[in-house]
Amino acid sequence: MKRSLLFIPLLLAIALGLVLYFGLGTDKSQRPSALVGDPVPPFNLPGLADPGQRYTEAMFQGQITLLNVWGTWCPACRHEHPYLVTLARNLAGEQGLPVRLVGMNYKDTRDAAQAWLRDLGNPYQQVVFDADGTLGFDLGVYGAPETFVIDADGVIRYRHVGIVNEQVWAETLKPLIQTLKAGS
Amino acid sequence: MTAGLAQPTGRGNGRLALLLCLALTALASPVAAASADAQAQAGTADLYPFPSAAEQARFQALLSELRCPMCENQTIADSGAPIAADMRDRVYRMMQDGASDDAIVTALAQRFGDYVRYRPVFDASTALLWLTPILAVLIGAVAIALMVRQRRRAGAVPDVLTEQQRARADRLLTAASARRRSGGDGA
Repeated sequence: MKRSLLFIPLLLAIALGLVLYFGLGTDKSQRPSALVGDPVPPFNLPGLADPGQRYTEAMFQGQITLLNVWGTWCPACRHEHPYLVTLARNLAGEQGLPVRLVGMNYKDTRDAAQAWLRDLGNPYQQVVFDADGTLGFDLGVYGAPETFVIDADGVIRYRHVGIVNEQVWAETLKPLIQTLKAGS
Repeated sequence: MTAGLAQPTGRGNGRLALLLCLALTALASPVAAASADAQAQAGTADLYPFPSAAEQARFQALLSELRCPMCENQTIADSGAPIAADMRDRVYRMMQDGASDDAIVTALAQRFGDYVRYRPVFDASTALLWLTPILAVLIGAVAIALMVRQRRRAGAVPDVLTEQQRARADRLLTAASARRRSGGDGA
């Protein structure tokens, strides 16, 4: 009985090691959105190109969407942008992956955002203009860029914080979209 | 002699200085904290006017209970991140609309996740977090109780020496005290 007690420190050390191993390995900036599994919150916002155009949550019905949150004030968005342009071109050619790229211009000015798309290329099929960040707030956006995967029923399935690049697309977003497509 | 005197007074001076330092820091820190607090409150009072000091205090309490999602270890009261400013605005507007503290915190947690609660709710995923301190105290109490009981039982064993050993110890002790009496003064 006494001898078995001697193993207690060893067990405690192993338990501590496991906790630290799993705790320290996690990336705290990648937190799942609180809205995963919920429909896109209701909104009514103008388009970027045409202020007369109104967009609502109904725009996400019927097709899988990558919703990319960006702003011209955001340096990381500038890094991300060339890949989005490439991705949009690939998606137009890629067989059987029915996903469209929608932009959400977040806390920005219309002129700057339009100039950005003119100069750097426009990967988005539609761009929602969220000047005050109201939709961003309801989506729990706390920085840019962020990218949401929204299924054909308008339900949020995934949120990626930070830049989307080749690796994020190939390892995370593409497989997810393929399962969503298979499920619908 | 002088050295013998100097030392205690020197030590006394050191102790006095230490006491003075402690007293000064004890005095200074609440004053500094209070003035910083007053400054912060004056700052938010301009941006977010309230009809009463109680409402103002409630606002401050709510802000210091919510964590900024952008900068991991700051409350939205402290953080300079744009999203923290948006969250402060939302808290203020919801208070104007008469929302309860709970409704405000829940509304923000629904958007930004339970991450923003500095006081996590009790559910399956946080049960370990809440119960660990209680469990640790219970385990400690049980361990101490067991140890005390064991020690008491060991103490209750009546005689450790046999008759023979006791007799020998007596002999040795008498011999030793006799020796001390005969030659003790000289040493």
